[in-house]
Amino acid sequence: MVTGALHRKLYRDLWRLRGQVLAIALVMASGVGVLVMALTTVESLEETAVAYYERNRFADVFAQVERAPEHLAARLRQIPGVQAVETRVVRTAVLDVEGFEEPVIGQLVSLPEGEALRLNRLTLRQGRLPRAAAPDEVVLLEPFAKAHGLDPGDRLRAVVNGRWRELTVVGIALSPEFVYAIGPGSLMPDNRRYGIVWLGHEALQAAYDLDGAFNHASLSLLRGTDPAAVVDRVDRLLEGYGGTGAYARADQLSNWFLMSEIDQQRTLSTILPTIFLAVAAFLTHMVLGRLIAVERSEIGLLKAFGYRNRDIALHYVRFALGIGLVGVLLGWFLGYWLGLYNTRVYAEFYHFPFLLFRPGPQAFLAAGAISLGAALLGALGAVREAAALPPAEAMRPPAPPMFRRGTLGRSGIANRLDQPTRILLRQVIRWPGRSFITTAGIAMAVAVLVVAMQWLDAIEHMIDVYFLQAQQQDVSVGLAEARSGEIERDLARLPGVIATEPMRSVPAKLRHGWREEREALQGLPARQQLYRVYDAEGRALELPPDGLVISTMLAKLLDVRVGDAITVEVLEGRRPVFDVPVVATFETYIGSPAYIDIHALNRLMHEGSSVTGVHLRVDALERAALFRELKSLPRVSSVTVKQAAVQTFRDTMAETITIFVSFFIVFACALAFGVTYNAARIALSERGRELATLRVLGFTRAEISYILLGEVALLAFLALPLGCLAGYALSTLIVGAFETELYRVPLVVRASTYGWAMLIGGLATAVSAFLVRRRVDRLDLIAVLKTRE
Amino acid sequence: MASPGITLRARGLGKVYRTGDVEVHALRGLDLELASGELVVLLGPSGSGKSTLLNILGGLDTPTSGEAWFLDHELSRLDDAGLTRYRRDHVGFVFQFYNLIPSLTALENVSLVTEIARDPMPPREALELVGLGGRLDHFPAQLSGGEQQRVAIARAIAKRPDLLLCDEPTGALDSQTGVLVLEAVERIHEELGTTTVLITHNAVIADMADRVLVMGDGAIHDERRNAARRRARELTW
Repeated sequence: MVTGALHRKLYRDLWRLRGQVLAIALVMASGVGVLVMALTTVESLEETAVAYYERNRFADVFAQVERAPEHLAARLRQIPGVQAVETRVVRTAVLDVEGFEEPVIGQLVSLPEGEALRLNRLTLRQGRLPRAAAPDEVVLLEPFAKAHGLDPGDRLRAVVNGRWRELTVVGIALSPEFVYAIGPGSLMPDNRRYGIVWLGHEALQAAYDLDGAFNHASLSLLRGTDPAAVVDRVDRLLEGYGGTGAYARADQLSNWFLMSEIDQQRTLSTILPTIFLAVAAFLTHMVLGRLIAVERSEIGLLKAFGYRNRDIALHYVRFALGIGLVGVLLGWFLGYWLGLYNTRVYAEFYHFPFLLFRPGPQAFLAAGAISLGAALLGALGAVREAAALPPAEAMRPPAPPMFRRGTLGRSGIANRLDQPTRILLRQVIRWPGRSFITTAGIAMAVAVLVVAMQWLDAIEHMIDVYFLQAQQQDVSVGLAEARSGEIERDLARLPGVIATEPMRSVPAKLRHGWREEREALQGLPARQQLYRVYDAEGRALELPPDGLVISTMLAKLLDVRVGDAITVEVLEGRRPVFDVPVVATFETYIGSPAYIDIHALNRLMHEGSSVTGVHLRVDALERAALFRELKSLPRVSSVTVKQAAVQTFRDTMAETITIFVSFFIVFACALAFGVTYNAARIALSERGRELATLRVLGFTRAEISYILLGEVALLAFLALPLGCLAGYALSTLIVGAFETELYRVPLVVRASTYGWAMLIGGLATAVSAFLVRRRVDRLDLIAVLKTRE
Repeated sequence: MASPGITLRARGLGKVYRTGDVEVHALRGLDLELASGELVVLLGPSGSGKSTLLNILGGLDTPTSGEAWFLDHELSRLDDAGLTRYRRDHVGFVFQFYNLIPSLTALENVSLVTEIARDPMPPREALELVGLGGRLDHFPAQLSGGEQQRVAIARAIAKRPDLLLCDEPTGALDSQTGVLVLEAVERIHEELGTTTVLITHNAVIADMADRVLVMGDGAIHDERRNAARRRARELTW
């Protein structure tokens, strides 16, 4: 039976201890917030993607060919499980946008004329689709149009199959295929330098001599059809037409990025909330334990009055749940807001025509249940103790704590300690469990800080290794198709070009045993000067005259070791199949590349010297002239400027990561604050009398603060380096969990990150210590003279 | 305003506590002089204002009206730091409930004070004075109540205070143990000549004083001088 009186006691206790309740609630709210944020983001991104994909009939299987006759579409349609087929012409071209110096890479995609798109439907945001027989009318992908301020009626130029074409924008659209539009060789979407341009099907067919033919097919499948089986059938069907291999939606670039982002959010929802909720549980344990110690005699009294153990237990369980409830409510608001914010950031980054942020109750209920569970778990020990307390014993004051000289005996150092230092050291040693919780809590806060800021280090490191050290070129020119090596000499003659280096990329299937990976073989000179094969340790690798040098990621995917042979099935030209040994592996953060000496590659392809791209070193002063020339070269399909790529990478990271780093800094501070505040308040509550006595004996406020806060400071001092270690370990865990085939975030923690983490963690600790210090000033000196604890 | 031979002097001391709408007059215009080396017992029922007076004399509290002087320092004008300084340098306190630091041994509890005092006696010597030379390394939890109170006395006198203030030092002890504690107070008073004020509501204890002040309702009602002090050892209750 719980009476109104016990209820009132509960509310008053919660109110009286509001500082501590709030400190724990903040830690809990951080955990709940991150959990709700991650879960609602996952939910809303998934819901949005599913709805978008469905409404716009995003295809399930995609296939690229060199040239396939239109009638093949019917054969594709007959593959069991295929619902609809759309054939298209898709090519890359250089665009010239007025007022933009650099050449822009455009992905030209055909639209059926005079009929609706069956698959990958566009969502028109402005204007209209091109009219039939209007070969120069185009629709642009919205982010690209926005980046250049292009509106319907504006014009741009494109080198279509070697000829300049003046194009008129008639519409602006979004497409489920290009939710994440990333150009060749880029790591991040760059809406100014890469854009999607839709044109009439026949216009594009005519431009690329593909009359009555297509080079790209999209297929939608009937529900329940295994895409892998269809991919196989499509591959067989298109083999004779220069098929470079069909792939399922899961491997479609835009979708792949989106899905891996969702996965990362899921990872986030497991690791970080666990830390916060575990610490919150420990804090609840500490505070409740202290409350019960203070209320010993009241508990005895209540029991003497006839309250059952169950009633007492329930009372304190309610107290823990009260803390939990405050934390959960705060966390829900925080999580909702963060989730909305997070989803908006993603919606900005991934281009959806609409955003479904209407989180169901599941995320909130799950987070709430987990947090209240954590609070209960924390309450368990203390509550059991209160319930088990015999009433007679409870009404007597607790036995005074026993201290022993122990390690702090009469050793040389101990003898030189002053008494206040002895008090604080013995306090730490006397309650090792509590000291441990405080130290661990602050350490976890520092660890979260290290993890958060490690991202920035990792990104800087990636930029440094991938862009600045490895890539010495300024501009990379991609060709529409493999060309004779003479083009390198042609490019070398362009204004401002200081050095050139050829590269040859060949789409291929790499096989080892039953494992198969689709990966372009990249042919480079044995000793590269510009685009260098660099391993993660920062060593440039020389390519051997024969054999492959592959990334460790590819080696893992194919399960090969140095010395093993890989079967290469080339997907273009004469489609040769050959075995090559792996001669070396190297660690890289991005992709799973395979390199080979360009001469060896050409030999294996049974071709003379040919290239698909040329890296250029350029005199910065002549960039404008060079770009002008490059824009008009007929065979060039892409131009990538390294500086711009680095900038885009940085900007994108700055937009997304920096914000999250700041969130986590706030959370970590809440953690350090919550832990320290509670530790110091509990110490103050237990030792208020002791400290007041010292004040009476003539100790100053500063001197007694030293005893109280010195303990916290000592524990924090131990916690800071431990936190760095824990941060490193946690980073390893998270970096591992975030690893994808496309990129691995390197585990790089700069010394300054440890420094900052310790500084911020130390500051948060100091702020809460300061708040408690103010309470020390208000100690009632007179009360201690008359009362017995 | 120092007068020769006078350690403490109070004029018209008043203290009003306000709790909500209620005003409690703990002291009402009290006058007092304590001569150097005097042992004064303050008697009086609960609520008579004796603890309030002791708190003001000990620099723990400030009067609402009137003034209190320690030698030539006006206590009623000192700020918190000044009062702390005063307690640190001049006052020794003994509490009813000992208030020892549980994490420090007897010796360390005494050293706690000698470390911050200007001219302390060695902590061992202080403990020997109260007859605890053999229990230096015991923690409070390992000492009896009387022993703990004697450690508290040693702690109070180790700094050689000008003023020893004892608030019900025997209040928590049985009479036998109480006598032991009073003997310690008496010995200190005699050997060091410390001006001592002892609060009690046990009238028997008044017999060991030079002078007895009886308080009631915030003022001194009665004052008497003992022609001959009785030894603490002779007291029973």
